[in-house]
Amino acid sequence: MGKPVAMTGNIAVANAMRQINPDVCAAYPITPSTEVMQQFASFVADGKVDTELVTAESEHSAMSACIGAAAAGGRVMTATSANGLALMWEMLYIASGNRLPIVMTVVNRALSAPINIHGDHSDGMGARDSGWIQIYSENAQEAYDNLIQAVVIGQHRDVRLPVMVGMDGFIISHSIENLELLSDQEVKDFIGEYLPLYPLLNIKQPVTYGPLDLQDYYSEHKRQQAEAMKLAKPVILKVAQDFAALSGRKYGFFETYRLDDAEMAILTLGSSAGTARFVIDRAREQGVKVGLIKLRVFRPFPMKELQAALGHLKALAVMDRCDSFGAAGGPVFSEVRSALYDLSPHPAVVNYIYGLGGRDLGIAHIEQVIRDLQEIRQTGCIRELLTYLTVRE
Amino acid sequence: MSTNELKGWKEIPIGGVIVEAGNSARYETGGWRTFRPLMDGQLCKNCLFCWIYCPDSAIEVEDGKVKGINLRYCKGCGICARECPAKAIQMIEEAKVSAGE
Repeated sequence: MGKPVAMTGNIAVANAMRQINPDVCAAYPITPSTEVMQQFASFVADGKVDTELVTAESEHSAMSACIGAAAAGGRVMTATSANGLALMWEMLYIASGNRLPIVMTVVNRALSAPINIHGDHSDGMGARDSGWIQIYSENAQEAYDNLIQAVVIGQHRDVRLPVMVGMDGFIISHSIENLELLSDQEVKDFIGEYLPLYPLLNIKQPVTYGPLDLQDYYSEHKRQQAEAMKLAKPVILKVAQDFAALSGRKYGFFETYRLDDAEMAILTLGSSAGTARFVIDRAREQGVKVGLIKLRVFRPFPMKELQAALGHLKALAVMDRCDSFGAAGGPVFSEVRSALYDLSPHPAVVNYIYGLGGRDLGIAHIEQVIRDLQEIRQTGCIRELLTYLTVRE
Repeated sequence: MSTNELKGWKEIPIGGVIVEAGNSARYETGGWRTFRPLMDGQLCKNCLFCWIYCPDSAIEVEDGKVKGINLRYCKGCGICARECPAKAIQMIEEAKVSAGE
């Protein structure tokens, strides 16, 4: 067990990258993820890693260089945020479509306009259909742990998909927390040697990446990606199990808190889980049977597992730190509610859009959510399906 | 390639990667052609410029001499006709040539 160290989320992640020692990192700076690559660049300059660092002229180029390096056969990592991720959009699909297990930290931040540099999930949620595995972190420890696990998940021969690991911009990326680092050797052993599948640098077996794939085969390749996401589920759990044996820290598709005997629950992802836990403890003291479910893995979406975990509830509030304008609700809400549709009876599910552009989610906000859930529990009626929680009228 | 030769998603390499070299011979691009190159053997000096320039390796050469153009692969791009210093290659509209066949 490592001794506790104090680090920001960004520095924790940079240290995970140092221990992972990727072959290539290509990046372009953007707040609030800049510090990840800045710190990592120091590790490169100081000779702490063997990484080839490519400073690209844009995020589109950064991801393109990552794709080229991964196709060549390297273990490849990068980091970005918000508009940087948006500029990578085209290449995200190419990374996943080419089945290259690039691992990227996404320090989640609001998308412009209006310009805002603070934390919300609009960037990551917008990339939810890009074929990347998505793991969200509550704190610096989780960001560190998730990044190390992401390497092993993505490179697994049943998976071979890129992975993005999210943490909330500024709230986690720039806050100093206590966490435990594994030793360099432990990380090295845990991630193992990277065995690329069809490396371009293997001149004994020349291969072609990115050929034209029309009506005759494109569908089959997309079907393979769908299968890889399905197969990623047991891999994610196995990697979490191995990681728990190493670190003592347990992970799954989600984490539950006081949920087993709960009649009502709040589902959230990212840093707001901490606030929710605090408010739930206070509500419990007053006999309110409320619990928490913190979603860690959004892609692949753990539909069956959520059904099993949430089926006993009477009412559920899904918290989205992102809006999906004109949709049935926020992205997490739409999918969680869809997952519960098959259950009979199923819990009443309501949606709260909160914390856009880094707006604080306070204790009073979550207390209001619990009061709403109690009303739904008592009356059986939903007054507001979608509530904008942290907005002034 | 007929439909019954196509493979299922479990049988093909992932990522759309082509894992064998030299398989472009199996991809016959002749069907793309709108203009067909016609070579005048009298004018041809066997300089092999056409052979060098042809993007589809459709110029067939034997013993250092141009033997013909493989129409299974020729896309009719016309690069050979443009580059030929002897003006030995003409591009004829495919429909006109086919009508005469």
